[in-house]
Amino acid sequence: MLRSPRTLLSVTSAALLVAGLTACGGTTKDSNTNSGSGTQASAAADPNAALKEGLKIAFLPKQLNNPYSDVETGGGKVAVGELKGEYKLVGPNDASASSQVSYINTLIQQQQDVIVVAANDPNAVCPSLNQARAAKIKVITFDSDASKDCRDAFINQATTQGIGESLAKMALEQAGSDGGEIAVLSATPNATNQNSWIEVMKKELEKPDYAKLKLVKVAYGNDDDQKSFQEAQGLLQSYPNLKVIVAPTTVGIAAAARYISSSSYKGKVAVTGLGLPNQMREYVKDNTVTKFALWNPADIGYLAAYAGAAMASGQITGAEGEKFKAGKLGEYTIGANGEIVLGPPTEFTKENIDQFNF
Amino acid sequence: MTVTSNRSAPTDAPLGNPAQKRAGNLLKTRELGIVLALAILVAYTAIDNPRFLSGQSIRDNLLNTAILAVMATGQAVVVITRNIDLSVGSVLGLSAFTVATMMSNNQDLPMIVAILAGLAVGAVAGLLNGVLVRYGKVPALVVTLGTLYIYRGITYSWAGGSQVNADELPRHFLTFANDNLLGIPWLVLIALIVVGAGSLMMRNYRVGRELYAMGSSPAAAELAGIKVARNLLGAFVLSGALAGLAGVLYAARFGTVDAAAGNGYELNVVAAVVVGGVAVFGGSGTVWGAALGALLLTVIGSALAVLDINQFWQQAIVGALIILAICADRLVAVRIGRSLRKRDAHV
Amino acid sequence: MSDTRPAWRSRLTGWDTIIAVLTVLVLIIASFSVENFGTSRNFTFMVLDLLPIILIALPMTMIIVTGEIDLSVASTLGLTSSMMGWLWNQGLSIETIIPLCVVIGAICGVVNGFLITGLGLPSLAVTIGTLALYRGLAFVVLGDGAVADFPWNYTGWVTGTIGDGAVPNVLILIVALAVIFGIVQHATPFGRSLYAIGANAQAAHFSGIRVARTKFWLYVVSGAVAGLVGVLWTLRYSSARADNGAGLELAVVAAVLLGGVSIFGGKGSLPGVLAGVVLLTALQNALRLEDVSGQALNIVTGSLLVLSVLLPNITTAVRGNWHRRKLRQAAAR
Repeated sequence: MLRSPRTLLSVTSAALLVAGLTACGGTTKDSNTNSGSGTQASAAADPNAALKEGLKIAFLPKQLNNPYSDVETGGGKVAVGELKGEYKLVGPNDASASSQVSYINTLIQQQQDVIVVAANDPNAVCPSLNQARAAKIKVITFDSDASKDCRDAFINQATTQGIGESLAKMALEQAGSDGGEIAVLSATPNATNQNSWIEVMKKELEKPDYAKLKLVKVAYGNDDDQKSFQEAQGLLQSYPNLKVIVAPTTVGIAAAARYISSSSYKGKVAVTGLGLPNQMREYVKDNTVTKFALWNPADIGYLAAYAGAAMASGQITGAEGEKFKAGKLGEYTIGANGEIVLGPPTEFTKENIDQFNF
Repeated sequence: MTVTSNRSAPTDAPLGNPAQKRAGNLLKTRELGIVLALAILVAYTAIDNPRFLSGQSIRDNLLNTAILAVMATGQAVVVITRNIDLSVGSVLGLSAFTVATMMSNNQDLPMIVAILAGLAVGAVAGLLNGVLVRYGKVPALVVTLGTLYIYRGITYSWAGGSQVNADELPRHFLTFANDNLLGIPWLVLIALIVVGAGSLMMRNYRVGRELYAMGSSPAAAELAGIKVARNLLGAFVLSGALAGLAGVLYAARFGTVDAAAGNGYELNVVAAVVVGGVAVFGGSGTVWGAALGALLLTVIGSALAVLDINQFWQQAIVGALIILAICADRLVAVRIGRSLRKRDAHV
Repeated sequence: MSDTRPAWRSRLTGWDTIIAVLTVLVLIIASFSVENFGTSRNFTFMVLDLLPIILIALPMTMIIVTGEIDLSVASTLGLTSSMMGWLWNQGLSIETIIPLCVVIGAICGVVNGFLITGLGLPSLAVTIGTLALYRGLAFVVLGDGAVADFPWNYTGWVTGTIGDGAVPNVLILIVALAVIFGIVQHATPFGRSLYAIGANAQAAHFSGIRVARTKFWLYVVSGAVAGLVGVLWTLRYSSARADNGAGLELAVVAAVLLGGVSIFGGKGSLPGVLAGVVLLTALQNALRLEDVSGQALNIVTGSLLVLSVLLPNITTAVRGNWHRRKLRQAAAR
């Protein structure tokens, strides 16, 4: 023990020396050009090609035990049934990036025709997805996009602009004509979707219509029920005059509503945002929540399955402007960067919530 | 009693013996240290934001502590016997899902049935742990690491991707978490009863002293005629049952239960116990110290949110606190050892 | 703990053989009955999946043989991954960052080693503390963000194969390290001293083995290897994140114990551990290809872990009974 710190010191300094020497002329962030994207030479699209039957279409959501993903993939299952394909659902138990990679690798081994994936990390899944595309598997992302250069198309639930505007509008309605303080309870600080919606929402709030609203804080509940619950508590303790909590995530809105409904803040603080009708029904009925919004998640999975089938059949390649038919949803056109937009979100209130079951 | 080492139980140090009295005082300062740390933390946070001391905030903190404190009680007993139960997080998940499913299928079942069912599920899980440790002669760390996987796996396979939502659960079950008796929420009351009963058992009853003796020297305890097998099984059943009870409380409080409920809780529970002054090598520490540890960890979490300190610091602070706690224990142990040696020299 | 020497030796060889045979059986059965299991691409995937567990298991085996444990390894991995992303964002070259990250891992090990051998604290409690501490620091460094733009020639090397054949590049690393650790553990006086420490630390001390110093360096090596794995993990997924490798410590400990190493120290062999890691990974891979969910695997892993200690105990007990009965019969006669 006596000698060890000194030995350690020499080892450390030697290592640092080596590090220092190599520091000159190494590969740094600036010199690095990432040329690893596996762009494929895409064949020309044949819009009249028939949809193939018996396609193997696999869904890989962010994690398995998530009710929202269940509804999405449920829609996919219906579509694959209509397409007479083989439906498969796999996924990890935790929403970690690395665990998805093993599942993608397995799907490559099983020679699926289409992989429909919601990426936990836009970059961590990339090498594997490109291996899949090299093995002639079509890759459709939904819910949460992967990097543009490692997927063929992305099903966007709604335009970022549309959701941001809708969030700002609902916040104003809830705060009432006098306005007041509002706070956002989001998912994780690096959640791509949530961040871009909050950006749009902030821009909206700068407009004169929203002058009376003051955004005091963006808190993060990490899409973890308990963490979101505690963050909601923290918000109300830190901001006694808070009027509205806007939660653009299904986990966050449910946790915030549950906290408010069981606390002394009920009736004084409103909760709104994006939520699942089944999870929110109770809080809508007990008047904790009067209005929230969401697109129909089942339609996302449905559209993704049709887009994948159209691509595997050669109808589309993912280029801008190509059109394809998605069963009961009608015709869709591929936008810039291979994005396919589902449509505007639905608003849920006490009056209409019982018409929805997801 | 020469076998039951008295250093484990601070209260009964004979007044006439200065060395032992000092040893008792030293141990008292161990729990006092947590109370002090807690007081400083609360005072500092309250000065920054007085609402931290509002009724609602105190209530929230106590509610959040309740589940952890219940589990820490069982864990403390197991750790005092020089064992460990890593499966508690998975037992919580299994019990929470069992009870939530049961209640959503039978809306009219009274709350007491839910509690008993949770206790039973946990007790069975704990019994299996105990049997494997005692009769299979498999170390507790290995057994409960194994059952951590097994119990979680069972819950996952059973639940699949499904989830029990708040709207499927009966009203009385959900309101239980927020209902009060004499102004104290039921959840907190249950935790207080569990911690109180646990402390009393370990301090004032023969079985408690035997558990300390087993932790101080397993071989000596066996030779002294203590029913080691019965006590050990009892400790594991208790830990399991309390984790099961925590599962019921979890389901009632959070309303939404899936197969991942309580994932990773075992580390929080062990952390609470260690911070609360229970030595991992058994034989010393108290149940109420462990409960204080649970309270401290919870208050740190909510204080960080109120103080607007980056939440990411929380885990690092908890880690540093654990290390600080075991350093303090080591210091106390060394000093006690010295004072005991001195006493022996006089005799 | 109080077993006599020949008894544990025979038991050890017993479990070693069982686990090796089991591993080979699983590999053979899976190659024949599971579609796509035996392909070269699947082999690559499997090697990449077992890379982190097998590397961290090498020093972990030694630590557990001395009767201690290191639960902070996965958090060390996370911290180095975070630091790697942060340093990369600071504009350092990757050639500087990689050795620096190994050093960071080693420093984490130094802290563990000092607390355990210098202050004499129990390793289980210390490393549970540093498990939280290092993971917490990882989040402090990088928050919830991810750094992804690592150079292709490095990320590609980790996931690539030699000459685009069937042998993954990282396999060289695994084999090289496994050979080095195997030689040190089983063919040097240092390695033998580990068993002596695990069997009876006090006796080892009095026979001239520097117990504290040996353990200290084991923790430093464990930290350094965890740091290296942090680098490899980051490059494999081309994503530096604070939550990388969360929970891996339990998988590593499970694999080591499954390989026949006693949690009380003093017995176990590296080949057994390697077989244990391969067994777990192959089972996982085969089950996934068969569309059996990862959840079922939890049950299999847990049961194997308990059985790995329980079965030898039962056989010993049965053998002991039989022996005693024979003695009694002989005495009666």
